[in-house]
Amino acid sequence: MSPRTIAEKIIATHAIEGFVAAGGIATVTPDILMLNDVSGPLAFEQFDAMGAKAPAEPARVVLIADHFAPASNIDSATAIGALRGFARKHGLAHFHEPGRGGIEHTLLDELGLVGHGSIVFGADSHTCTAGAFNALGIGFGSTDLAAALATGRLWLRVPETIRVELTGEPGRYVTGKDVILHVIRQIGVDGAADAALEFGGPGLAGLGMDARMAIANMAVEAGADTCAFEGDAASTAHMAHRGRAACAPVLPDADAVYRARLEINLSGLSPIVACPPSPGAGVTVAELRGQRVDQVYVGNCANGTMTDLRQVAEVLRGRRIGEHVRMIVVPATQRIWREALAEGLLDIIAAAGAAISTPTCGACFGGHMGILAAGEIAIATTNRNFRGRMGHPDSQVFLASAWVAAASAVAGEIVSPESLEAVP
Amino acid sequence: MTNAVDVVRGRVHRLGDDVDTDAILPGRYLALRDPAALGAHCLESLAPGFRGRVREGDILVAGRNFGNGSSREHAVIALKAVGIRAIVVVSAARIFFRNAINLGLPVMVSPEAAAGLLDSETATVSVVANTIEQNGTIWRPKRLDGEVAAILACGGLMQRTRELLAAQEGEDAENG
Repeated sequence: MSPRTIAEKIIATHAIEGFVAAGGIATVTPDILMLNDVSGPLAFEQFDAMGAKAPAEPARVVLIADHFAPASNIDSATAIGALRGFARKHGLAHFHEPGRGGIEHTLLDELGLVGHGSIVFGADSHTCTAGAFNALGIGFGSTDLAAALATGRLWLRVPETIRVELTGEPGRYVTGKDVILHVIRQIGVDGAADAALEFGGPGLAGLGMDARMAIANMAVEAGADTCAFEGDAASTAHMAHRGRAACAPVLPDADAVYRARLEINLSGLSPIVACPPSPGAGVTVAELRGQRVDQVYVGNCANGTMTDLRQVAEVLRGRRIGEHVRMIVVPATQRIWREALAEGLLDIIAAAGAAISTPTCGACFGGHMGILAAGEIAIATTNRNFRGRMGHPDSQVFLASAWVAAASAVAGEIVSPESLEAVP
Repeated sequence: MTNAVDVVRGRVHRLGDDVDTDAILPGRYLALRDPAALGAHCLESLAPGFRGRVREGDILVAGRNFGNGSSREHAVIALKAVGIRAIVVVSAARIFFRNAINLGLPVMVSPEAAAGLLDSETATVSVVANTIEQNGTIWRPKRLDGEVAAILACGGLMQRTRELLAAQEGEDAENG
């Protein structure tokens, strides 16, 4: 057998027909099929039109109301109702809504549904977040997921792989967000098209699971089909913590064939901010000196984690948010929300003058709960800063880590947390 | 097969590089599903006059990385609702490409055609013959083959899956 990358290995264990090597076409049976309140209702219409009577693998279906949840208006209430209705009709165990859920990609791991070597098919482009867990998450649209619901399988083109070798140790304020913004800046917003991004190397030890999620989450912003981190001691311990049976990490063969290789020395990185309107337009914080912000948003499908909330609280402890700035903090799941409450983080954040939201995709995609008006400028820990992404076409979004976002909330302009240390 | 997607003849509407799905259909409309309602917001900030100019059967031509970003199928539904029946690009994002094919909207990848097609003039896209033609110039895009061709021949993935499920059911009934 020819040597394989992580993506090729994981696809090979799930392929029921086809040719599993980069460029080949394979038919794959996923472990999990995930849909949300935006993609689900369209998929269910197609599912019915296909003449399907029930999901082929109901135990593998996960439905999560997160985009417009809690419902923002009658249309979104109807969409969430369609999700709930499909779950009830087919007796699905996994339907999650506000109060008992959260944002899908963070929640999926929290539910213990992603293991080393798993494949997740999600009707959401950020399904690639699962790559953090030595799994493959692959995003699709609604009709593809409808076919996968009906038949339990889907065809795909096996991606080539770009290897990202991590070395060194990240500095105090360098996060997963900075690593991925650096990668996208290096290779471009379609630099990983038709490829999987594979992360590994000795530097992995310096990145916790939350940091890995932040990285994997934005693989699609480099155009990647999917993403896979090597499994290691940390991911193995994480699997045990999630109550998953031990499964061996999937590692690439030593002589696996890569389309390209990239080396990143984490010790040499500094915090990066991606300027509108492209996730690939990363610059250093210093280059944005004096850049005013009207709104600071901490949250999204990989950056509303305990790691992010601890960073925010550390910056905001004993400080106040700037007079002309508003800050919105969105814990990614109900469990994280409660953990942050128990740890005292929410009180610190609220005392500083930030609004704390229930878990929701919310304003990240311009849905609700923090939309920008014309001319307004936000700094956000989200994953896209396209024109009009968070609201009015003439608003702007800068992407950054929770450290930089929180510091900018205090200063009212984009600054590094280090700059606050100087002025107690 | 009557639903088969093949020859599209219409006027060309050009867009640039990196047109993301937020630009095609902004996130705030994603609770909508009705094609006409989605079409009403198609490309509303990037190309405000687009909806008014497009007629049924027209062809969208764009640059690199077309349809990048969100997996929202609403973007394809919106383009179809305003009348776009074929897309020619330098390159397209994977999920958008699949969504378009699945809804019977062919996406032809041809950097040469995407560069050469003139705005507002009529062109012809032929999926099966694998040609793009305008004013006598003929381009040969990357051929849509395999499963992609099979889906377009059925008119879309819904139709193709319906046929597969019906055939399966027939077999099951026969085997009793």
